[in-house]
Amino acid sequence: MNVLRWALLAALAAAPFSGMGNYPLHLLIMCLLWGFVYTGWAVMGRLGLVSLGHGAFLGIGGYVGVMAWNHWGLSPWLGLPLALALAALVAFVIGYPCFRFKIVGHYFALVTLALSEVTRLVIVALRDQTGGSLGATPRTAMQGAEWSLFALQFPSKLVWFYIVMGCWLAGLWIWTRVDRSMARLALQAISQEEEAAASIGMNVTRLKLSVTLISALMTCFGGVLYAQYQQYVNPETVSGIGISLQMVFGAIAGGMFVRLGPTVGAAFTLLLAEGLRLGVGHDIHGLDTTLYGLMLVLFIIFMPKGILGAAQEAWEKRYPVLLRAN
Amino acid sequence: MDIFDSFLLEAVINGLLLGGILALLALGLNLIFGVIDVVWICYAEMIMIGMYSVYYLHNVYGWPLWLAFIAAVAIVAVMGVALHQFVVKPVLAAEPINQLLVTGGVLFLLQAAATLVFGVEFRNIGVKLPQLQLGEMYFSFARLVAFLVALAGMIGVYLFLKRSYLGTAIRAISQDRAIMPLMGVNPDRIFLVTSALGGGLAGLAACLLVLQYDIHPAIGLSFGPITFLVCVLGGLGNMVGGFIAAFIFAQFISVGGFFLHSEWGYVLAFVFFIAAMFWRPQGILGGK
Repeated sequence: MNVLRWALLAALAAAPFSGMGNYPLHLLIMCLLWGFVYTGWAVMGRLGLVSLGHGAFLGIGGYVGVMAWNHWGLSPWLGLPLALALAALVAFVIGYPCFRFKIVGHYFALVTLALSEVTRLVIVALRDQTGGSLGATPRTAMQGAEWSLFALQFPSKLVWFYIVMGCWLAGLWIWTRVDRSMARLALQAISQEEEAAASIGMNVTRLKLSVTLISALMTCFGGVLYAQYQQYVNPETVSGIGISLQMVFGAIAGGMFVRLGPTVGAAFTLLLAEGLRLGVGHDIHGLDTTLYGLMLVLFIIFMPKGILGAAQEAWEKRYPVLLRAN
Repeated sequence: MDIFDSFLLEAVINGLLLGGILALLALGLNLIFGVIDVVWICYAEMIMIGMYSVYYLHNVYGWPLWLAFIAAVAIVAVMGVALHQFVVKPVLAAEPINQLLVTGGVLFLLQAAATLVFGVEFRNIGVKLPQLQLGEMYFSFARLVAFLVALAGMIGVYLFLKRSYLGTAIRAISQDRAIMPLMGVNPDRIFLVTSALGGGLAGLAACLLVLQYDIHPAIGLSFGPITFLVCVLGGLGNMVGGFIAAFIFAQFISVGGFFLHSEWGYVLAFVFFIAAMFWRPQGILGGK
């Protein structure tokens, strides 16, 4: 299995040289980028902390970097830690009261849902600085130059492919680290019976906060990357309810309990959306998203473990020995 | 003392009127959560469908307004039953996370379907209610009507729950779901009745909102999140708490929006909400 894994990774790294066009490469980058973000969501989502507000962190990542560059001329290299610090602060301010006072389940989901919408409203309300609903474009640093490392602007998709792939691998590594930690077991116990877990000495607030911070920072990082790659941010696409739900559904569709699940979900949802868009076209406005929404509902009802989760289950049933040996 | 002029008073009273609507929105959501233990995240989108129903029946098919209102309430009530039967019921035994997310999927679906069927244009039923003048202050008559109808609706639901046999059964189910089947109450039927009632309340809210706002597919987003906050602050499932919380939030939105942009009113309400969570995490009337 290990050899197979490295071979697949090498194939992925070599993919841009297979002579694929710009559009497939763009799709591949987006798959990996959203795969990274969805993985970030799943880090906490799989432990019973269902956040419907990760659009807030994505929005902070997307906007802080671009705003710092446009208004203060601050390089995204400095905007990135600034965005991460702000995302951590927001995660703490929301997370602490929620976890300290046992706001769980439905309550937690609704609070975070409101958070994502409030973030969108703040971006729109600061329209003099952010451009409001029209979105914002980072000032170009490429007067004559091919690319700018200082401004993190590269027109070449190849560069972005390797940046995003690196982040995606790092995201999988973080997922694995969390998966193998004691904290994961503790959080699983907490998600099942919070009082009992607390009674045997688990620090519920601290455990939940730490995993929330990891998840929020990953999502925020993804937001910065998204803004730099797309060179455009819009309050609707990086914050608010729409993108928050999309993240959750992506992770669920792929299977949030499996390491590669969120990535598979990202690829599936992206290809589905693009396929519907190409197949149905722009003429019938909204048909692609309607079918997409319908499929999501069906997924949650009939395949709650997601594509990869269900596949793994079927595989385990068939070859019980093989997988255990791995 | 310059701030305390009649414009501020106008904002406060408008907030009071807005509070009636928010309380009505929260009531339906609370009722469903209290009985079925599921949050309809798509609640505001069902209201959007109700608003479109009024628009199409009244403006396109030429029905009289009152008939369109009744039909809209019925349509959304039926939608509520369908939502329960086809979406919520299959996941009632599943993990809580699925129950949470499945109605979120319906939110996405309804919004997209509305874009597909109705288009993205803003629509207005074109019914202009007069402005009320009181001294130097102006109030929208539509808001006053909405406030009064919302109040009447809430009293109606209260009486239904307290006085009727079915209402008693609903309250009993919300207190102990395991015992009630032994007492001869069919929970499935109670769930359907509750869903119809919750949907009907959403339809009623739609009729009141359509008098004040333009209709578009994303309108649900402008009051969905605030309704959730109202419910959580009041204590999810706690109808009296939701009622009080609705008026607190409405003041933040109305008065906050009076001093700053209207978006800031919502942001202020959210900041207040987070602060309130430190103070009373179980909701303002939570007993535990």
